[in-house]
Amino acid sequence: MSEVKAAAMDSVWDGGVSPYGVNSKKFGMWLFIISDALTFSALLVTYTYLRLATPNWPLPFHFSPSIVFSTVMTAFLLTSSLTMVMAVHSMARGDRKKTVLWLLATMFCGATFCGLHLTEWRHLMVEEKVTPLSNPWGEPLFGATFFGITGLHMTHVAIGVIYLGIIAFAVSRGKFKHEDVEVSGLYWHFVDLVWMFVFPLVYLMSVKG
Amino acid sequence: MSDHSAEHAEPTIKTFNLVWVALLFFTAIEVFLAYIQLEPVTMLTILVGLSVIKAALIIAYFMHLKFERFSLFLTLFPMLIFCILLLFIWMPDSHRALTMRPPQ
Repeated sequence: MSEVKAAAMDSVWDGGVSPYGVNSKKFGMWLFIISDALTFSALLVTYTYLRLATPNWPLPFHFSPSIVFSTVMTAFLLTSSLTMVMAVHSMARGDRKKTVLWLLATMFCGATFCGLHLTEWRHLMVEEKVTPLSNPWGEPLFGATFFGITGLHMTHVAIGVIYLGIIAFAVSRGKFKHEDVEVSGLYWHFVDLVWMFVFPLVYLMSVKG
Repeated sequence: MSDHSAEHAEPTIKTFNLVWVALLFFTAIEVFLAYIQLEPVTMLTILVGLSVIKAALIIAYFMHLKFERFSLFLTLFPMLIFCILLLFIWMPDSHRALTMRPPQ
């Protein structure tokens, strides 16, 4: 960090060799996040388009239990972001033991989110007979968009849990620096951020009236 | 971290906790709206508005962007917002899509 800052300070103009004042790992992760944000934006805009263009779009979610269930999932994901921030904070102070504990807490929340989500999927598939290609309410696009969007998001959460596991393992063995934990944190917060749009658009807008 | 960190105070644990409480609070409002069931357009506007606020909080504090150099924000976000707005160009078609189909 300090050499990056020093390089920026030495330059003639306010940029020089390090125009953003961040290391390349962090900048790379930011670029990935922006491109991934566009992927999710395209999916969510398409979903909104299809909903508006389709009369009788199914509204399958009862407030209880579906919305209550997904609210608990949201709370787990939001809490995992807080524990991730704490992990980055601990690593900045060089406390590796605490960092690993916070990372494990984050992984626990993420894994719980995935578990709850899969329970919900199982309920939809087995009891409500919804598949990506068909559902009992008539509009087959519902299943395709629902499983497409939530599936891609859940894949991100699952990859994030594995990513944090690798970081936690390395940190516990005295490897990796603060910036590595910080970059993994960026990815994790992004996954949380995407859910802040999936949750209202896919769940809250589809409550059975 | 950056030159800006000298001007802005670095976030403390208290800040993070406050942001987390705010995020939970906005989520609670959203769920409450789903419970009382407003008009779809009103509801969609409020929900997306709240989501944008939540996203901004996450990006600014959790993702630390508020404390990075401003050039990083300028490089990443105007482009992203512009591209997302471009996606909405087709949105008016959604109302016409049914009548635009050729008669069968």
